[in-house]
Amino acid sequence: MRKRPVAIVDYGMGNLRSVVKACARAGFAAESTDSPEAVRQAPGVILPGVGAFGAAMENLERAGLRDPVREAAAEALAGGRPFLGLCLGLHLLFEESEESFGGENPRGLGVFPGRVVRFKREGLKVPQIGWNTVVFRQRHPILTGLADGSYFYFVHSYYAVPADPAAVLLATEYGATFASGVARGSLVAFQFHPEKSSTTGLALLANFGCLVYGKIRTEGTEQEGERGQ
Amino acid sequence: MLAKRVIPCLDVRDGRVVKGVNFVNLKDAGDPVELAAFYDREGADEVVFLDITASHERRRTVVDLAARTAEQVFIPFTVGGGISDLDTIRDILKAGADKISLNTAAVADPSLITRAAARFGSQCVVVAIDARHVMPSSPESEAAPSWEVYVHGGRTPTGRDVLEWAKEAERRGAGEILLTSMDTDGTQGGYDLPLLRAVSEAVSIPVIASGGAGSPADLAAAITEGGADAVLAASIFHYGTYTVRQVKEYLRSQGIPVRLTS
Repeated sequence: MRKRPVAIVDYGMGNLRSVVKACARAGFAAESTDSPEAVRQAPGVILPGVGAFGAAMENLERAGLRDPVREAAAEALAGGRPFLGLCLGLHLLFEESEESFGGENPRGLGVFPGRVVRFKREGLKVPQIGWNTVVFRQRHPILTGLADGSYFYFVHSYYAVPADPAAVLLATEYGATFASGVARGSLVAFQFHPEKSSTTGLALLANFGCLVYGKIRTEGTEQEGERGQ
Repeated sequence: MLAKRVIPCLDVRDGRVVKGVNFVNLKDAGDPVELAAFYDREGADEVVFLDITASHERRRTVVDLAARTAEQVFIPFTVGGGISDLDTIRDILKAGADKISLNTAAVADPSLITRAAARFGSQCVVVAIDARHVMPSSPESEAAPSWEVYVHGGRTPTGRDVLEWAKEAERRGAGEILLTSMDTDGTQGGYDLPLLRAVSEAVSIPVIASGGAGSPADLAAAITEGGADAVLAASIFHYGTYTVRQVKEYLRSQGIPVRLTS
């Protein structure tokens, strides 16, 4: 029987084709969708995104995706259906961002306590564009088989500051040390782009596929099961 | 620490890879997607496609190239060559490219940079500059060296100063400068370090060095002496003189941070 694909939330923020193709290469099927129902029913959800925080929240709202996405993330937080936030998709999980243009700071989904701030150090090139290393701050099955200190591809001007240090999965140095990965239960999110991070990024996505389709559990226990496809 | 990037460049015409020696004498060298996937496996940090197709089919072929690449290549890639409107940029990015590079059309209408950056974000707008050294009026001249912007694949002088143009591109929202020296391009005698240094100091966005790479030491010099954030090369990789890995191992031995895959 064909398994239900992972839902990649399409809310008009950046191109999703690379994420779809990278998931396929990583061994599981994922489809981009703007349907709230598909997000509610998918066995796993990926929230990607490139662009401005405020516009992203407006787009989610307008498409009727805000609640299904927030609920899916909250479910994952409690160990339910796995949820993966990427780049802007990580930012949106927090309470608010200082990425505003004059008005009030836009509010996020608020699944993780904390806020999103801009790189501020004098002389630092912003956005950070390129390959940087991550240091493991927790053990999590999403990191299975990956080496501490691996390089991933980053493109961003803002980063999240989790209020709870225990949520930090990975840390990266750029002007300051920031959270390049956050995790709790089966909710994981990365500041970098695994879909553009070559074999290391594909390995990470493959681990997400395994989380979704039951080959590995968030408790970290390996068990037999089919690989998604 | 943010790594310095090593970027193979693929010149593409009619969907096939070619390599220009001083932008003429092209040799056919294969399928661009296959070659890019090979460079991904070898540890390249990005690839750049420079499309030099001259037909009206160009737009369709570059979008098709981006779409096919996105299925096989999982590192960032840039598509450049003849791009002059926002719709084409949108289609290329939507097909899966990470960045586009603008050259001749941006010189003709600099607002293209502004509009592209406003709509798609600075991170995906690379401004490519082809520079040629301006000979001083007399050999004894003590004026600072200067360089002129060339367009149309390096054939047409514009009278514009390279440093001024680089600064304007940054001001208008370019995310990176891809700087090619027409003087050193194709010579394999090393990058134009004074040009690189001058542009790196003039702007605060990343500068990608291009033109003249002949050995790993040339790439190292572009970074340490030229101040480049990334080094682009074609011939030394395409003809197998050095692998990406060999180049990166050399850079690391020189204390330059690079991503080396195991």
